Amino acid sequence: MTELTKLSLADARKGLKDKSFTALELTDAYLGAIDAGNDKINAYVATTPEQARDMAKASDAKLSKGEAGLLEGIPLGVKDLFATKGVHTQAASHILDGFKPEYESTVTANLWRDGAVMLGKLNMDEFAMGSSNETSYYGSVVNPYRAEGSNANLVPGGSSGGSAAAVAAWMCAGATATDTGGSIRQPAAFTGTVGIKPTYGRCSRWGTVAFASSLDQAGPIARTVEDAALMLQSMSGFDPKDSTSVDLAVPDFAAAVERGVKGLTIGVPREYRMDGMPAEIEALWNQGLEWLKAEGATVKDISLPHTKYALPAYYIVAPAEASSNLARYDGVKYGLRVSGKDITDMYELTRAAGFGREVKRRIMIGTYVLSAGYFDAYYVKAQKLRTLIKKDFEDAFNAGVDTILTPATPSAAFAIGDEALASDPVAMYLNDVFTVTVNMAGLPGIAVPAGRDGKGLPLGLQLIGKPFDEETLFAAARVIEKSTGTRFAPTRWW
Amino acid sequence: MSVDAATVKRIGRLARIRIEEAEVEGYQAELNAILGFVEQLSEVDVEGVEPMTSVTPMHLRRRDDVVTDGNYAEQIVKNAPLTEDNFFMVPKVVE
Repeated sequence: MTELTKLSLADARKGLKDKSFTALELTDAYLGAIDAGNDKINAYVATTPEQARDMAKASDAKLSKGEAGLLEGIPLGVKDLFATKGVHTQAASHILDGFKPEYESTVTANLWRDGAVMLGKLNMDEFAMGSSNETSYYGSVVNPYRAEGSNANLVPGGSSGGSAAAVAAWMCAGATATDTGGSIRQPAAFTGTVGIKPTYGRCSRWGTVAFASSLDQAGPIARTVEDAALMLQSMSGFDPKDSTSVDLAVPDFAAAVERGVKGLTIGVPREYRMDGMPAEIEALWNQGLEWLKAEGATVKDISLPHTKYALPAYYIVAPAEASSNLARYDGVKYGLRVSGKDITDMYELTRAAGFGREVKRRIMIGTYVLSAGYFDAYYVKAQKLRTLIKKDFEDAFNAGVDTILTPATPSAAFAIGDEALASDPVAMYLNDVFTVTVNMAGLPGIAVPAGRDGKGLPLGLQLIGKPFDEETLFAAARVIEKSTGTRFAPTRWW
Repeated sequence: MSVDAATVKRIGRLARIRIEEAEVEGYQAELNAILGFVEQLSEVDVEGVEPMTSVTPMHLRRRDDVVTDGNYAEQIVKNAPLTEDNFFMVPKVVE
C-alpha cells in the first residue's frame, strides 16, 4: 500500500470513498507521522489523538452510510490561533498559559461540520507576529527542506510556520492558517506548499485570536492547488457573529481549478521588480509568465505606484490594531497572572512576563502611534495610504487585468537564528514586501510553488486577484503547478 | 520623529508593560528603527485622500438591540486565574 500520509487531500478523499482504507487508518497514519517526527520539526504544540480517533470513527460510520461531507475523514492540523473547544489555544504565547476555550471558532466548526478530523494545534509566531516562526513561546519550527548538501536547519517562514511545515512534512493532509501581512503565503513559499489568503470577509474571524482586525484573514495551507480549494470551500461562508463577514455565496472552488487561463490578462507590476532582486527570483517570475502565456493568457505591464509605501503603512496599522486587541491580556480573565503590589503592578508584571519581545515591541509601537498628538500623523496617514494602495489595484483591474503575478518572497528560506535579521527588525519585516499590499487592500492572494533556488530550496510565485475572485487564482495557480512538471517534496531527514 | 528614553518608559506605562531600566536602551533603538522606516510615508501627498475605514465596500451590519446570548457565567470565568462565586478576583482597587 502507498504511504497514506503522502496522498494529496483530494486522493485521500477518493481512497476513503472507494473504501481503499478507513478514516481511522488514515488518522492513525498521520498520528504515527507526528509521533515519529515532531520532536525534530516542532510543528505541533499539542496533539489530540483521542479526539482524532473518535472523529475518524464517526467519519467511517458516515462514509459507510454514504453520508460523507466535503472533507469527511480528512486529518487536519489547526493553527494555535483558532479557538478549539477544550483544547490548547494559546496563539503560541505564554500569556495565554493553560487557556482552553469554552467555544469553537467558526472556521474550525465549519471544517468539523464537513467531516474533517483534528490532529492537534500547530506552532506559529507568537500572536502571528513574525516571518520566521522564531517568536513562538514553544520554540522555532524547523523547515522540512534543507539546502542541498547541508544539515543546517532553516526557518519555515511565519507566522503560519507550523502549518506550512506540518503540511510539507506529511504530518497532516492540510492545515488552517491565517494571514495578516503574508503569514500564509510566505511560509507556503518557503516550504513548497500552496497557501491562499482569501478576500477579507470570506472567512469568519469569530473565535480566531485577533492580531490586526482590519487585515486578519484565515485560509488554508495544503500540498496542491486542488487541496487548497477544497479546504477553502469548507472554511468560507457568512457568519453573523463576525460583523465583517460577507454575506456572499461561496463558489465551488474545486470546480474552478482546471478552468485554465485562456483569454485571461495577467498583470505584471513594474514596482515589484525591486533593486537588488536575486536573479533566480526574477527568472522564476519570467518563467511563470511564460507558462501562463503558453496556456493562452496575455501578459500586460502595469503600475502600482504606491507599492513601496505598503510595508511602512502596515507597520503603523498592524501594531496600532494589535496594541488595542492585545489590551485584553491583563491577568484577569484568562491565562497567565503575575501578582503585584496593586492592580496596575499586576497588569504590568503579567504583560512583561507573558508577552515575548517581538509582541511587546509591536504593542509599544502601536501604543505610541495611537497616543495623544500622534494619531493623525501616523494612523490616519497610514489609512490614507491604504486608500491609495487599494486604488492602484482597482485601476489595474479596471484596465482589464484579471490577475497579477508577482514573486511570493524576496528569497528562499533562511537559517534559524540569522544574526543580521535578529539584530534589525526592519530587515525581517522586508520578508513581507510582496505580500503585504494584498492585506492592505483586502484582496485575495495565493502562493504556489514554482521552482527551486540554486541550493534546491523551493521558491513560490504569488497571484493577486479581484475581490471575491479566488476562482481565477486557483485556475492560474493550477497552470503554474502543472507547468513545473514536478511535485514539490522535501527529502526526509527527520 | 524619534523617541527618547523617557518616552519609552511612558509608552511602557501606557501599554501596561513593565520596562526594566536595562531594557530601555534596546527598545529605544528598535522603536526608532521602525519609526525611521515608516518616516518615508511623509513623501506622499495625501491631501484630499479619504482614510480607509473599510477594506471591502460594505456597511457594518446592525442587529436588533435584544439579548441573544448569555447565562453561562461559569464558562466565562472558567479560564480565569482567580475567581470566587463566578466573579473575577483582582487586587483591591478602592480603599
